[in-house]
Amino acid sequence: MSTAHIVPVRTYVAVWVTLLVLTLTTSWAASYDFGFLNTAIALGIAVTKASLVVIFFMGVRYNTPLTKVVVVAGFFWLFILFGLGMSDYMTRDWIGVPGR
Amino acid sequence: MADTTTGAATGHAMATHAPTGHGAHGHHPRLQHHFYSMEQQLEASTLGMWVFLVTEIMFFGGLFMAYIVYRTMYPLAWVESSRELNVLMGGTNTAVLICSSLTMVLAVRCAQVGSRKGLVTSLIATILLGSVFLVVKFFEYKAKFAHGLVPGPYWDPHAVAADGTLQRITLPFGSEIFFALYFIMTGIHAAHMIVGIGLMTVILVMSAKGRFSAEYYNPVEISGLYWHFVDIVWIFLFPLLYLLGYHLGNVG
Repeated sequence: MSTAHIVPVRTYVAVWVTLLVLTLTTSWAASYDFGFLNTAIALGIAVTKASLVVIFFMGVRYNTPLTKVVVVAGFFWLFILFGLGMSDYMTRDWIGVPGR
Repeated sequence: MADTTTGAATGHAMATHAPTGHGAHGHHPRLQHHFYSMEQQLEASTLGMWVFLVTEIMFFGGLFMAYIVYRTMYPLAWVESSRELNVLMGGTNTAVLICSSLTMVLAVRCAQVGSRKGLVTSLIATILLGSVFLVVKFFEYKAKFAHGLVPGPYWDPHAVAADGTLQRITLPFGSEIFFALYFIMTGIHAAHMIVGIGLMTVILVMSAKGRFSAEYYNPVEISGLYWHFVDIVWIFLFPLLYLLGYHLGNVG
């Protein structure tokens, strides 16, 4: 027999129900005006949903440490892209250089 | 990874065998000679797939970067354009993809426990749900074309009243950029869905032929990783594109 970690079906069903509930929650929350918090709530729920998919459905929880490092590094590099990208665009008009 | 050290001795012994006569010398016929064990082979497949998925993260990441930059430049256009998208259709598609991720993970589980029937059924369900997503997407695109919401020379946002008359809509400057990103991001996502459905069809045929077992199901596992990744992209696209102006009322 394979030594693969066999996850009980009820775990997958529980994750699936949670994802559907979170989808309804994010739609419901977006129907109210919370100002800038709307984006924070939407992203918070999206990150939670994505994490559930990565950890349980993609089974990273049961993967080797090396695979986990690669996964985390992938998302970490994404934040480097966003961080450096926005630190450029958001600071362009700090100094009045023509043509920026 | 525990067997990397313990498997070294047997692995070395295997390497001395001629590459012919699989199955005759006590290892699984699907185990390639450069791996010590089936577990290590699966770990290597999973790691390799994740390295590819990291490149996919960066690929979509560039588009999300563009989204962030233009949203900070044209916040009003983003909110007003978002109201033109159909939240019901987008939300339905989110649920459809989440369901397809469940059937996908059940397909992998069926493979792990050696249930060929369960595997085939789950894969068919996954393919059907993926197709439902694309059909809904087709009708969404059709409505956007009908309402002149395609950026470029035919950009002409309008609504059609009940009596058939056209009502021009004035969207803020920057709305064409929103819709350009909408079509590129959802379009590339849809292209990934089409590739995923193609992959699943191949896996389905292999499954029906009995090519997988509890010991060997690596193609099912890594195709599943791809499918879940495409689901994750949509999990972000839905709130970021559809829900921005939902509190002001949905008109799409």
